[in-house]
Amino acid sequence: MDIVIIGLLLGGTYALMAVGLQLQYGVARIMNLANGETLIAGAFSTFWFYAATQASPLYALFLVVPAAFVLNWTIYRVLILPLVRRAKNQGKLEVDSILATFGISFISVGVLLAIFGGEYLDYSYLARPIFIFGERYGLNRVVAFLASAVLCAALYLWLHKTRAGLALRAVAVNPSASGLVAINVARTSAFAFALGGAVTAAGGGLLSMFLTFDVSLGVVFTLKALVIVILGGVGDIRGTIVAAFILGFAETAVATLVDPGLTLAAAYVLFMIVLLVRPEGLFGRRTA
Amino acid sequence: MSILDTPQAVGAGTGVTAREWRNLLISGAGFIAVGFIPLAFGGYVLQLAISIVMYAALATSWLLFSGPTNYIALSTAAFFGIGMYTVAGGIDLIPYPVLIAGAGLIGAALAAIVGLATLRVSGVYFVIFSLGLAELVRQIMTWLQHVLGTMSGLYVTIDRSEPMYFWQLLLLTAVVYLVGWWIGRSRLGFALRIIGNDELVAVHCGINTARAKVILFVISSAFASIAGALVAPRWGYVEPVVAFSPFVSFQVVIMALLGGTHRLWGPVLGVIPFVLLWEVISIEFPNQTTLLLGVCFLLIVYVIPNGIIGLIEDTWHRRKAAGGSAPGPLQRLLDASPGSVKNLLQRGKSRNA
Repeated sequence: MDIVIIGLLLGGTYALMAVGLQLQYGVARIMNLANGETLIAGAFSTFWFYAATQASPLYALFLVVPAAFVLNWTIYRVLILPLVRRAKNQGKLEVDSILATFGISFISVGVLLAIFGGEYLDYSYLARPIFIFGERYGLNRVVAFLASAVLCAALYLWLHKTRAGLALRAVAVNPSASGLVAINVARTSAFAFALGGAVTAAGGGLLSMFLTFDVSLGVVFTLKALVIVILGGVGDIRGTIVAAFILGFAETAVATLVDPGLTLAAAYVLFMIVLLVRPEGLFGRRTA
Repeated sequence: MSILDTPQAVGAGTGVTAREWRNLLISGAGFIAVGFIPLAFGGYVLQLAISIVMYAALATSWLLFSGPTNYIALSTAAFFGIGMYTVAGGIDLIPYPVLIAGAGLIGAALAAIVGLATLRVSGVYFVIFSLGLAELVRQIMTWLQHVLGTMSGLYVTIDRSEPMYFWQLLLLTAVVYLVGWWIGRSRLGFALRIIGNDELVAVHCGINTARAKVILFVISSAFASIAGALVAPRWGYVEPVVAFSPFVSFQVVIMALLGGTHRLWGPVLGVIPFVLLWEVISIEFPNQTTLLLGVCFLLIVYVIPNGIIGLIEDTWHRRKAAGGSAPGPLQRLLDASPGSVKNLLQRGKSRNA
């Protein structure tokens, strides 16, 4: 029971970071290997905000999200767009964007090291127990989960009920056909990339409420987000959220039953299973 | 009919030509000449030279797989670390030369598992899998040591002089080159070039693309593991954080890209300047290494996407073009040689139709 609830709480918070990557990869078609560093930056900024003001870390999101949006939009315009223009085909763009974002991730680690140093950072916020079905859980985990759920629901509604959301989904399905129905694909892609970065940073802010971070963890979170996106199916938000819960359960189960140091192995096992059984993901469409 | 059934199109199956013998002899003489470095220099220069041959072996073996397929493998550190750990774990029980071979075999086995799982599906999944592989192996190693109750670090105590490391690594590099040269003129190499150009075309030619890719990945990774096994005693003390440092993967990719990935001897042109540059960076800016490494990487991706070799070939061709005469048919064929497979196939198709 413990595992189920802790897994649920963790998975719910993972959902947010993975939805961010989903927007970047599913819509903007950029495999962003620097996604984890965006998350770490969000977590560190939240830490900073809390240390400086002692106000609820949730307020930090109002600063972190717009900042991450602007930063990711700039990265897309300055660094990614030339690659999009230069690429002759999707395969070339994939190679180039993997290389470029890999480089960006190292630069981000360098910048974060310079600003925050290499120590583990954590803070204690709402570290009070809350009782669910008679068991104790950290209140901060519950609050982070609820905030993540609200944000995910808002994003889902926005994507499915508004015209702008429709445009985003259209680009996710087919960029060239979207151009034919008067969608500005370049702008939509840039927007999706920026929004994805903002959502991931928000996920980092929420995770920082109950996890300990250091700079080198970025790649681990990139990997977790990638596994979730692939498990759920590229281009499908529902799938991403379901997959985030699966990873949350799997990690919690491994951490409780085997060893807390093996959480990445849990993600890899899931990854292997998907690759062997259903490479297009739970909700993905099989490409012809 | 498969294109691979016509050996004269590839040169596969035919003997080694006089020109190839000449190139082999020149390369062999070059390697022997380089082998005299430890006799002429010692100390700091020899240290740098060891670093250069080590990265030359790693970057060239990386190229064996990633060059023709265009799949960026970010897993060098995982295999390098496995090589080190094989030696560190078994040095008290098993003779060192056996361990080196064992490291290659373990690396090959892991590469086969990874390759079989990911390379059948798509390139992106392979890249993602390789990205976290070092971290995964590190977690498992740490856990295993925890369960077995051993210390997190292991000592490797065998006596080897610095020149010996240099010669061992140089020999490894020579073997990597030889294997690369052999693959390049075999059916496997031809199949890989087609895959790199257009995977769909390769599938329609009747090439088992997954098998070709897995074989190459296994070979490339086994070399990385052997390199790890060779330098383990030089480090003396092996622990997970150091052995599986993501920097190794990253530097290998940078060096290969800097040199150029469309020629076998490309990476070494990147290794030499980068090792020297890195030496300067880590002495002058010890706290900004990660940042500067990232900047170097982006500069290479954006400014010289075809590497130093690309630059050399560009100027060479421009000078040729400025020389007046239009390139003859043979010259045109040579110009197009690395990317000509698709053209050849298209020509073949129209002839058949």
